[in-house]
This record gives sequence, structure tokens and C-alpha cells, in this order.
Amino acid sequence: MPDNYDDPRGGLATPRPGQEHFVAEVDEGGLGAVDAVKSDSAPSSFWRDAWREMRGRWLFWVSAAIILLVVLVAAFPGWFTSLDPRLDCELTESLGGPEPGHPFGFDKQGCDIYTRTIYGARASVLVGIMSTTMVVLVGAVMGSIAGYYGKWFDTILSRVTDIFFAIPLVLAAIVIMSVTPNRTAFIVALVLALFGWPQIARITRGTVMSVKNNEFVTAARSLGMSRGRILRRHVLPNASAPIIVYATVALGQFIVAEASLSFLGIGLPPSVVSWGGDINQYQQAIRTAPEIILYPAGGLALTVLGFMMMGDVVRDALDPKARKR
Amino acid sequence: MLSYLGRRILQLIPVFLGATLLLYAMVFLRPGDPIAALGGERGLPEATQEAIRAEYNLDKPFIVQYLLFLRGVVTLDFGVDFRGREITEVIANAFPVTMQLALMALVIEAVFGIGFGLIAGLRKGKFFDGTVMVLSLTLIAVPTFVLGFIMQIVVGVNLGWLPVTVGNNPDFVSLLMPAIVLAGTSFAYVLRLTRTSVAENSTADYVRTARARGLGRYQVTTRHVLRNSLIPVVTFIGADLGALMSGSIITEGIFNIHGVGGTLYDAITRGESVTVVAMTTVLVVVYIAANLLVDLLYAALDPRIRYA
Repeated sequence: MPDNYDDPRGGLATPRPGQEHFVAEVDEGGLGAVDAVKSDSAPSSFWRDAWREMRGRWLFWVSAAIILLVVLVAAFPGWFTSLDPRLDCELTESLGGPEPGHPFGFDKQGCDIYTRTIYGARASVLVGIMSTTMVVLVGAVMGSIAGYYGKWFDTILSRVTDIFFAIPLVLAAIVIMSVTPNRTAFIVALVLALFGWPQIARITRGTVMSVKNNEFVTAARSLGMSRGRILRRHVLPNASAPIIVYATVALGQFIVAEASLSFLGIGLPPSVVSWGGDINQYQQAIRTAPEIILYPAGGLALTVLGFMMMGDVVRDALDPKARKR
Repeated sequence: MLSYLGRRILQLIPVFLGATLLLYAMVFLRPGDPIAALGGERGLPEATQEAIRAEYNLDKPFIVQYLLFLRGVVTLDFGVDFRGREITEVIANAFPVTMQLALMALVIEAVFGIGFGLIAGLRKGKFFDGTVMVLSLTLIAVPTFVLGFIMQIVVGVNLGWLPVTVGNNPDFVSLLMPAIVLAGTSFAYVLRLTRTSVAENSTADYVRTARARGLGRYQVTTRHVLRNSLIPVVTFIGADLGALMSGSIITEGIFNIHGVGGTLYDAITRGESVTVVAMTTVLVVVYIAANLLVDLLYAALDPRIRYA
């Protein structure tokens, strides 16, 4: 809705062949100028307000910094360490404490824990982003079709959603992953998304149903806009706030789920450095060196915390009801 | 009310059928042959494999297998597992301890979550609120298994207050630490949900009216603010019972509890497909039933909702 203010036709549908159109002449002078919208001053849109609200909060900047750091670490681990997490291991250093150049000490295999913690970020961030993207795409499409078109579409899609909703995420993921032979980050993300989308479909369906009864939707329809175009241009942008909020929180939950699977030994294979896998490996030394488990766990917690805090800030900014207070 | 209940149960039947079919397909339509794997490296003679397949109906078409499985669900007879134990009995043995664990976790998250959430919500923006919010976010960010290890080291080993693992004789004291760990994440969610809801409702018109009528602070808080705020919280707690029972896979592994989670994980690693499907089915039923219960609780909590 906010992006076509200066479209003079106001999103009017192009006339179909053979269709007659009456277009009133535009009154260029006199009173018409009074009515004209000042196009040089930007309208105070919903998203602009939300952004102003967000940037005023320290929590936003803290979580943005954490997310930026984690994404950088995940994308370019070589910037943060010069060692290799799998090859630069000396068994003589097994479970050795911190020393210069190795701030976190060594694990049982004599690998540098700092390096492993740095390299572990990639698996978590990758799985989190991939499964969230899939969940948002599938959930938003399913939910908006069910909510917008209604009728038998809604009946069938809602029942399918109910079926997937009836199986708890972690349980389903454990059952599928335990029988999956080649476990890559993509496969883990796919499995998590397969059982994670119903939540977002429900949220989208609900908001789309409440948005589609607004006057501007009726107006767009009376102007002859097609249903698909109304859904894309008017309904979805106005229903996107809850989807964005849920997606930010879901990203954190998917990261935890991936770590849980890797911890159980049915997530990513041991050849991939991941926080969940490292926690599993380090817990075997929990009596002799209990503190080393805190490094991968800390990385995991910090990442999830960053996304959860961001979700909080975004929710406060996008919910006008909460903003008033 | 009764006709509503009947309609809801009728609606749940296709959901149950769909969910079990999905689970069944996930476990049995997978690559690899669990029967051939039973014999280990030497392998089983072809005739024995055929006999086992016939015993577990694996020689029949998929849909027939599924229907036979459904008959087992209805008659509560899931057959025997690969080690010759009655699966119904295995489930019956595993369920009580997990049920106790999940209910303890549920009570912990409800009591402390609603308690802290109420105080934080009434003092929105104050020091207590800020502290509790940061702590609850941290609790959500720390995965269950990490929390479990930290509790084991600190409370179990260093302080020695609670037993580190549970083992064969689960009692209230030894289940306390696993229950706290299992409740951890949900506690944080309940707290945040209660806080938001209380903060929103405490500025509502009816609360101001109640104050204006001269009701005491306690009366206003419990009868008006809290009761109205609990509706979303109850939904979450109810739906969480199912999640707690399946989430016990990790907790029971860490604390060595022989409940549903432990048995299920054992069955998954051994490739005992029949047990896996039977146990997940029971978990799905618990999950669906908990959600139905929540819907019914709505009417009790919210006088505006009346089921005809």
C-alpha cells in the first residue's frame, strides 16, 4: 500500500480488451491544487514509524550488534582465527587449559576450543536462516491462501495445518533425522521447516482474514483489481508484521532445535563443526573439565539471545497498541 | 457444551488419522531394511527374515500395514517389539515416570511463571521487570541440555543439594532437578506471556472501574487483572504438556530416566520401528488431548465464551 502514492492511476487495473472506461478529466487548477497531496514530504508510514521507534532503543542496537557479529563469524571464520578447527590439533595438549594464543584452552582431541567455537557458528546460522526462510515462504503462502480465498481452500489447508501441528517439532525431527542417511545442513533445515510451518500458516491466516475486510481492500476490489494483485499489494504488506515478529523468534528456536539434534548425534555429522555436536563431545569430559562446555554453549546462547531480543524489539515496534503506552 | 465437545472430538479424528499416517510413513517408507539389519554383520537367513516380516505385517502393502496398525491402536495392542516384549507393556511401564516429570515441570512453570510474570507486569518498566525480562530471555536462549549440564555440575556435584541422576527408582526428590530443567524454557515463556498480558490488562477500562468502585488492590489484581490475563497463558501451558512429554527425550537422556523419552530414544537408535511408531502415536494423542482440554478451559476462564 505505501509504495504507490505517486502512481496517478492509484493502482487502477488496466482495462481489459472491450471494456469501457470512464475517466474524469483531472482538474488542474484552482481548488484541485488544494486537494493535491504534497508529494515532496514523505508520508509518515507504518514502517517509518516502526523504524523510528526501534532505533531509539538500546536493546535494538545490542541485538543488532550481536546478530551482525554472529553473521560475520559464520560467513568469514578465517577473519577471527588463523587455525583450522579439525587439523590443528595436538593430542599432547588434550584438555589443556588456556594459554597465550589459545584463550579457551583445548578439548579432549587437543583442538583449540576458541577456533572450534568460531567455526561452529556457521552450522547454526545456516540452518537457522534456511529453515526460517522455508517456513516463512511455505507458511505465508499456505496461510494467506487459506485466509484470503476461504471456502474449501481454507478447509483443506487448515486440516493439513492441524495434522502437522499435532506432531511436536522436536519429536518429528528426531524421528525423521534418525532414519536420514546423508545429514547436511540443508537436510536438517528442511526437516525442521517441514514441521515448523504450521505455526506461521496459522498466524498468517488469522491476520489475512482480519485485514481482508478492511475498506481499502473493498476499495481496491471496486476499482477492478484482480484478487491475486489485491492479496500481494494490499493484504500481505498489511499482514506482514506478525509474520516478521514470529520469524525472528522462530529463527532462534530453529537454532536451538538444530543444536539439540546435533547434540543427540542425529543432527549434523561429526565431520561438521557445530555447537550442538561440540557440546555433546565436551560433555563426556564433564567431570574432569566441566568449564569447556560453556564455550560452545555460550556461543549458542548468545546467538539465540541476539535473535530473541531482536524479535522483542521488532514486536514492540510493529505493534501500535504496545507503542502507545 | 456436550454437543460442542462431541463436535470437537469428531473434528480431531481426521487430524489423528493424518498425523499417525504421516508418522507411520516417515518411519516405514524410509530407505534401508530394519529386518535385514537385525542380524548384524553376519545377516539373517532369508527364511527368518521372511518370517519376521510376516510377523510385523511388513510383507503387506503399506496401506494395509497402516490399517492393521490402527487396529492395534484402537484395541491398545501394539504387538511385540524385536526383543519380544509387549509394546503396550513397555509403554505402560515408561509412561508414569514421564507423566510425573511433565506434571512437575508443568506445576513449576505455571506457579513460578505466572507469579513472576504477574509481579513484572504490575511493575512494568521498573527494576524488577527489567531484571526478570533479561533473565527470562537468557533462559530461553540456553538450550535445555546445556541447562541440564550446568544444573548437574552446580546443584548436583558442587553443592550436592539434589541427586545428579535418577536411575531406576524415580522419586519426588530425584525428579526435582530434571523437572526444573525441563520446565526452564517454558517457564520463561509463561513468565513473558503473563507479564505482557498483565501489563496490557492493568490499564484496561474495567480495571479502572473496579478501582473506582473501591475494590482493594488484592481484589482488583486477582479477580480482574489476573483472571483476564490468564487466558493466553492457559493456552500455552495446556499445549505445552504435549511438548514437555516429547521434550523429555533430551532431559531423560541427561538424567538417565527410564521414561517415555528414554525408551523412545533407545527404540530409535535400535531401529525398533514398531515401538517408535507406537510411542509417538501415544505422544500425539496426549498432545491433541491437551489442546482439546485447553479449548474447554477457555469457557471456564472467559465468561464471554460460551460453547453452544
